[in-house]
Amino acid sequence: MAARKTYEPTVMVSPPSDILIPERDLGEIPALECRHLGITFGGLHAVENFNLTVGKTEIAGLIGPNGAGKTTVFNLITKVYQPTTGTILLAGRDIAGMDTAAVNRAGIGRTFQNIRLFNNLTVEDNVKLGLHNSIRYRSFAGVLRLPSYWQEEKKAHERALELLSVFKMERMADLRAGGLPYGVQRRLEIIRALATEPRLLLLDEPAAGMNPSETEELMETIRRIRDEFRIAVLLIEHDMKLVMGICEGIAVMNFGKIIAKGTPDQIRNDPEVIEAYLGKNREE
Amino acid sequence: MKKNTFTTIWKSNFTTYGIVLLFFAVMMILMATGNLSRLMRGQLVPICAYAIMAASLNLTVGVLGELSLGHAGFVSIGCFGGGLAAALLHDAGAGELVCLAGAVLAGVLLSTLAGFLIGLPVLRLNGDYLAIVTLACCQIIKSLLTNLFVGRDESGLHTGFLTQPEGVAADAFVIRGSQGLRNAAVIDNFPAAVVLLILCLIIIYNLIDSKSGRAIMALRDNKIAARSIGINITSYKMMAFVVSAAMAGAAGALFGLSQATVLPGKFDFNMSVLILVFVVLGGLGNIRGSVIAAALLTILPEKLRFLADYRMIIYAVVLIVVMLMRNSTVFHGLGEKIQGLLRRKKTAGSPPRDPDTDPAGKEG
Amino acid sequence: MDFLSNLVNGISLGSIYAVIALGYTMVYGIAKMLNFAHGDIIMVGAYVCFYAVYHFGLPGWAGVLLAMLLCLILGVAVERLAYRPLRRADSLAVLITAIGVSYFLENTAQLVFGANNVFFPNLFEAEPIRLFDGRLVISVVTLASIGICMAVMVILTLFIEKTKLGKAMRAVSEDKDAARLMGISVDRTISVTFAIGSALAALAGVLLCSAIPSLSPMTGSMPGIKAFTAAVFGGIGSIPGALLGGLLLGVIEVMGKAYISTQLSDAIVFLVLIIVLLVRPTGILGKKVQEKV
Repeated sequence: MAARKTYEPTVMVSPPSDILIPERDLGEIPALECRHLGITFGGLHAVENFNLTVGKTEIAGLIGPNGAGKTTVFNLITKVYQPTTGTILLAGRDIAGMDTAAVNRAGIGRTFQNIRLFNNLTVEDNVKLGLHNSIRYRSFAGVLRLPSYWQEEKKAHERALELLSVFKMERMADLRAGGLPYGVQRRLEIIRALATEPRLLLLDEPAAGMNPSETEELMETIRRIRDEFRIAVLLIEHDMKLVMGICEGIAVMNFGKIIAKGTPDQIRNDPEVIEAYLGKNREE
Repeated sequence: MKKNTFTTIWKSNFTTYGIVLLFFAVMMILMATGNLSRLMRGQLVPICAYAIMAASLNLTVGVLGELSLGHAGFVSIGCFGGGLAAALLHDAGAGELVCLAGAVLAGVLLSTLAGFLIGLPVLRLNGDYLAIVTLACCQIIKSLLTNLFVGRDESGLHTGFLTQPEGVAADAFVIRGSQGLRNAAVIDNFPAAVVLLILCLIIIYNLIDSKSGRAIMALRDNKIAARSIGINITSYKMMAFVVSAAMAGAAGALFGLSQATVLPGKFDFNMSVLILVFVVLGGLGNIRGSVIAAALLTILPEKLRFLADYRMIIYAVVLIVVMLMRNSTVFHGLGEKIQGLLRRKKTAGSPPRDPDTDPAGKEG
Repeated sequence: MDFLSNLVNGISLGSIYAVIALGYTMVYGIAKMLNFAHGDIIMVGAYVCFYAVYHFGLPGWAGVLLAMLLCLILGVAVERLAYRPLRRADSLAVLITAIGVSYFLENTAQLVFGANNVFFPNLFEAEPIRLFDGRLVISVVTLASIGICMAVMVILTLFIEKTKLGKAMRAVSEDKDAARLMGISVDRTISVTFAIGSALAALAGVLLCSAIPSLSPMTGSMPGIKAFTAAVFGGIGSIPGALLGGLLLGVIEVMGKAYISTQLSDAIVFLVLIIVLLVRPTGILGKKVQEKV
């Protein structure tokens, strides 16, 4: 692995020149800032010069055709891949040198395109695993069943049910996660990520496999999560109804680069975006 | 609901403890009434030792989800280290229980150390590669023990590696190269073995049902997801591996002391496989299953002695047939039907929550 | 001269390991299973050859061919009866089954042939070759092992690269489901793999026993584990890897015996394996696989 550069910690708000942060977030340190982020796989620029700022309580969208590099961006932000170039600031703090687990502890929660739950554990245990780092007792206290074990497990149990209630899933607490329907699994993944108390929630195709009414409900829930937890949400989604419906800022990617940024209205009418989605030969 | 969850777990754990105590009681009664053969009598402590080995290996294979083919290595470290400690304590005039406790303690400490030293570099590997490296470690430990000489007399402790130390009387050796461990006093204490078994089971069950155990099972189910929620993969992998090694050491000490002599060659690949077979037949992640499988498969070959030369062939065939049946659709369907019937008997509304459930969802 | 002699012996032993390792690596590459019974096929092959030549008076080459043929049938039968039903089962069930097969072969051999060592007379009766005024003596078995191993490698590589069946094998190893969709019979391809691997094991068995020269029902066990180690060493699933791993392992073993310690030679072999895997987690020539997120 190449030696990592050391970066000066930046606490300055970068000027909102080409980015759209909702006005209410302008005075605050952005939840996420990516600067010149890029990665090459064997000479191929999978993501190149990716610049994005997500406001403190913004719901932002990342869209683009298949293979545009959207999930790769998520993997870069969460350090599943090490970026070849660029800086990532989480609430003003450089996350260079952190691994995936440390990035999560620093405040990024995520879900996966192909759902990654702990299939053999119960719904409640999946959520409790999200709470893992906030449960405060030592391993030997667990083995010896010291009072701290009982207190903390009780707290975790209550908190888990509270979080499950966000999606009205309290009654499923004892079911095996792997046996749940697809849509429910997606929601559980969101709850598990929320349990880690993130500042920024990355959702990779949260509405995939959901029917229109479920998607409608999901949109409502994402908004509610943002309001209740006061966090930023960055989501990848192909369902344009959802993206246009809840995102305040949208970035469009194609071939590893951002080709457009703007509000839903601006994106809808951007010729380059239309071209990326529908192909070039339309004018003729 | 909370209460319900906890009681289910407690019930399940206590069933296992109950089974062990019942086994203990039955054996004690048989012994008191003179209905236990000498052969069986000699198997009681080994059964407990094998049960601990199987339960502890299940922690690595079933709960952590990493295949280890080197469990016998840790057992042998516990066996030889424990034997040495017991010999020294015995010389100092300690009683049987003190010797046994000292041996188990020494076995645990040494195999914990070995588990840590081996795990540190090796646990970065995954799957089949980890399996082969643990197998290699077991072979190395066997080679080292085969060449180790430790003797003691009035002038103190004499050790040698590869060559026997000079001027030490033959009967002063505790560990003598390929001739292995010779115990100063055979300690064949069944009640103490049962206590040790239950102690190990309590530790394993309590570990599984705590935040650490959850984290370990999370690694098994999905490493990437576990990382994404801030779980330190390496340390939990290490924890499961080292706890498993430590208990193997305890079992080794217990087993070793119950025999007059133990050859280092005993703890080879086949021994590791034998323990693995207990785990797989008992069900991955199913601690109770491991204990029962270990007991049955230790008693069974003894009971089949009349079959003489055909015994091991039958064992092999049974192994293959059980594996085939476990995975055939016909049998599986039947198993699910039985499970379904059992499930219906339980109160509706609360689905069974058992920390012992097999991760693959298959019942052996 | 000692060094040269040890080197030649190491390469010879390594060649035998390489031929056995081929069976492991091909089966792993294609069926994705650790076939722990492979080592015992070696032993069966050696017994067949032993009885064919010394009890029924067949010529040496005929004995070897018969051993290869019978082991081929045995390998295919084992795959058919024990492994095929488990194609969709978890890998641990397959592993235990393979171990069951291994026990079965060992104990059946014990029942049929007896548990004791038998002397395995040399099939290659020619005079050893003397070089440098007789200071370097190379036995014919040594040369034959090296020559046969090289020939097997060349033929096998050509087979896999050039023939239709070889291409099918590569396809199955890459992606079973895609291969099936392309009209390749996965079951048949796996059978062929077992057939080749088992026939080679028989060949290796004859070479091994000629070199030791003794034979018992447990003969295959340790070389099996070592050859498996060799396969992992070189990068399991890779045919050149099996050759490289086998040769290195053989040389390390013989050199370790000669220059470090006879008793610790096994420990040295396994220690080197661990070190190699820590530096290159998928073996020397193994492919690196990245899990897709």
